[in-house]
Amino acid sequence: MSEPVLDAPDAPVSYFADRVRVYPRSVRGPVRRAKWAILAVCLAVYYLLPWLRWDRGPEQPSQAILLDLQNERFRFFDLTFWPQDIYFLTGILIMAAVALFLVTSLFGRVWCGYTCPQTVWTDLFMLVERTIEGDRNERMRRDQGKATFDRAWRKTLKHAVWLGVAFWTGGAWIMYFVDAPTVTWEFWHGQASTPVYVGAGLLTATTYLLAGWAREQVCTFMCPWPRFQAAMLDEQSLTVTYQSWRGEPRRHGRRVVQDGHALIGGAPVGDCVDCHACVAVCPTGIDIRDGSQLGCINCGLCVDACNEVMDKTHQDRRLITWDTFADQKAKAAGAQAPIRLLRARTFIYLGALLVGAAVMGTALALRSNLEMTIEHDRAPLFVRVPDGAIRNAYAVRIVNKAQGSTAFLLSATGLPGLQLAQGQEGQWRDVNLVLPVPADGVANFRVLVFGRPAPGGAAQTPITFTLRNSVTGATIAYRSIFIAPAAGATP
Amino acid sequence: MALKPKPPVGTTGHSWDGLQELNNPLPKWWLYTWFVCIAVALVLFVLYPSIPGITGYWHGVLGSSTRANVDRDVKALVAQRAVAMDRIAATPIADVAHDPQLLEMANTAGRITFANNCQPCHGAGGGGRPGYPALSAGAWLWGGTLEDIETTITHGIRSGDADARTSAMPKFGADGILTAAEIQSVADYVMTFYGTPVAGADTTKGAALFAANCAVCHGEAGQGGRAVGAPMLKSRVHLYDDSRDTVVAQVTNPHMGVMPFWNTRLDPATIRSVAIYVHGLGGGE
Repeated sequence: MSEPVLDAPDAPVSYFADRVRVYPRSVRGPVRRAKWAILAVCLAVYYLLPWLRWDRGPEQPSQAILLDLQNERFRFFDLTFWPQDIYFLTGILIMAAVALFLVTSLFGRVWCGYTCPQTVWTDLFMLVERTIEGDRNERMRRDQGKATFDRAWRKTLKHAVWLGVAFWTGGAWIMYFVDAPTVTWEFWHGQASTPVYVGAGLLTATTYLLAGWAREQVCTFMCPWPRFQAAMLDEQSLTVTYQSWRGEPRRHGRRVVQDGHALIGGAPVGDCVDCHACVAVCPTGIDIRDGSQLGCINCGLCVDACNEVMDKTHQDRRLITWDTFADQKAKAAGAQAPIRLLRARTFIYLGALLVGAAVMGTALALRSNLEMTIEHDRAPLFVRVPDGAIRNAYAVRIVNKAQGSTAFLLSATGLPGLQLAQGQEGQWRDVNLVLPVPADGVANFRVLVFGRPAPGGAAQTPITFTLRNSVTGATIAYRSIFIAPAAGATP
Repeated sequence: MALKPKPPVGTTGHSWDGLQELNNPLPKWWLYTWFVCIAVALVLFVLYPSIPGITGYWHGVLGSSTRANVDRDVKALVAQRAVAMDRIAATPIADVAHDPQLLEMANTAGRITFANNCQPCHGAGGGGRPGYPALSAGAWLWGGTLEDIETTITHGIRSGDADARTSAMPKFGADGILTAAEIQSVADYVMTFYGTPVAGADTTKGAALFAANCAVCHGEAGQGGRAVGAPMLKSRVHLYDDSRDTVVAQVTNPHMGVMPFWNTRLDPATIRSVAIYVHGLGGGE
């Protein structure tokens, strides 16, 4: 291919290649069985988890995992996260990333090959396709042939089943955000909210398009992981590998074994019989014999396919296998390199993971379920009342994350004889103010504080509010100020 | 994944220092989108107000008007608020204050109305200014219950309204009821109610004058008289200020503040809301 040259009008070429449609063949073997098992677990968790119930007491949602956006609460079993706890989400995402780094550095892109939703749902959609339209050769023949009724009903049925699965997926998605049984009933009675219908429709559409149509293009063109996961790999990572030192030169034909060497037409050949089984089963349509590449999601289906061929041709299995670059290099030279799972990179990722877990665990354990913020009124800054006392007003906001309605006692210190009152009842002053706050709720109060700062004293005196839970005795404090007429000002 | 050769394209014929410009056609999808946009624009020209003329403009087939839309929206808003405001108007004020839903509505309406109409004199949050009473301090001239406040806002004070609260403090100095020296004595006595009395002053004469002339409205002990809006003198909150000079000036030729009546400018539900808001500022009784 040459560079486009302007002076040669016939030279410009397109920089875009058409998609080469991938028709993966079915395959049998231990890797495939493991992949089915992981797929079943992942889908079961995804579809069934919203239906898991959890008793949190009366008046509280009974869904074990509920990302309640409307009421601003994320609930995971007995843990409830408020919007201000969002850093836990950040922490979990960081730990997930580090865990991914760790697994990738040890075993390559197994996340991509086994547990990534794109892989899981694509696999599921391919299963549907294979059941209805038949295996690779049958599908290719039918697609290339004439339009027939047979093709029409099979395609129609396939897309219908795909849409059904996609809808089930989209429907399960919204159940993480609203109560599952309630939203299911509401959905079919036309009473669910617009976001529920839009969310279900959106996830149905993306599932159908990504798993049914886009498939491996998501991995090779859309996804950022493959680009930077390569940075986690080193010569000690276990990846799906074609043992080229053993397989090459590849050739098919009648083999004659002479002095322990395979010959075809008198020329020595490698173990690879060039049957393209590994290419035919590959869900991303690559040739593993080209070496480690961006398109390889490390699923290992080619391992199963190749082993089958090796058995038939009476050669050793594992021409394609999981191995490290280092070992392959050694084997090519006739030696063997040990697999080293424990190395500096592993310990660094593991250390980061443990530190992250420790920090998060500590933060979770020490998390207070009581918060208070107090804002001084801006106008008027202070008011003198008839008996000569100075009154300041504050907006008090109490966050009670506990699962129980509680009365809290608010008091203030910093000036002798400070008395408190609630906004609507200015004439009832006391040292302590009783403030009821509902369970798992927020309450706002307007609190008036009466004080008698010494005349001619400072205009601002720091004071401290103390909030005490009347049941548990837990206290928190909040520092604020008390403002009085400045010295020399006309009272 | 072979790259497809494309049909050749020419150049525009422009050349800058040997650089030539390819004459690629516009992408078809872009061109057709553009044509569709033009077609839609023409349809919109017909449907909506578009072309200006000398004496008017093309109103559009749909007769759409943003001015009419605003009118409609305002009417809808008033109708929407009327649901709550009608209930506030129909409910006795003390009951409004005990209904959390109505109270919240009234406080919101009251806060906004207060900021627009009352704040210029009474200050943000009812902090008050010299001559304009503090509403949050609990120092009421005419009473601090919900009903008292509502009456004051509705009819005003010395406002000219038929039901306005009205009183007049005699001009003891200007009208010659008391001599200048007597007024000084009264001021000495009044200063004993609060603040720092003048050292060594003999207040017996002032006390006698106070009992004879002032106590009938302001009370024996300076506790004030709300029936006539006579300020509580023993308070530390004063309408003007705390100084002895102010006392002398007020006795000699008193200021008499005016509070406007609002019954012609605000509807009863809004006045009721303002009364509830003012009551909740911290001084309500």
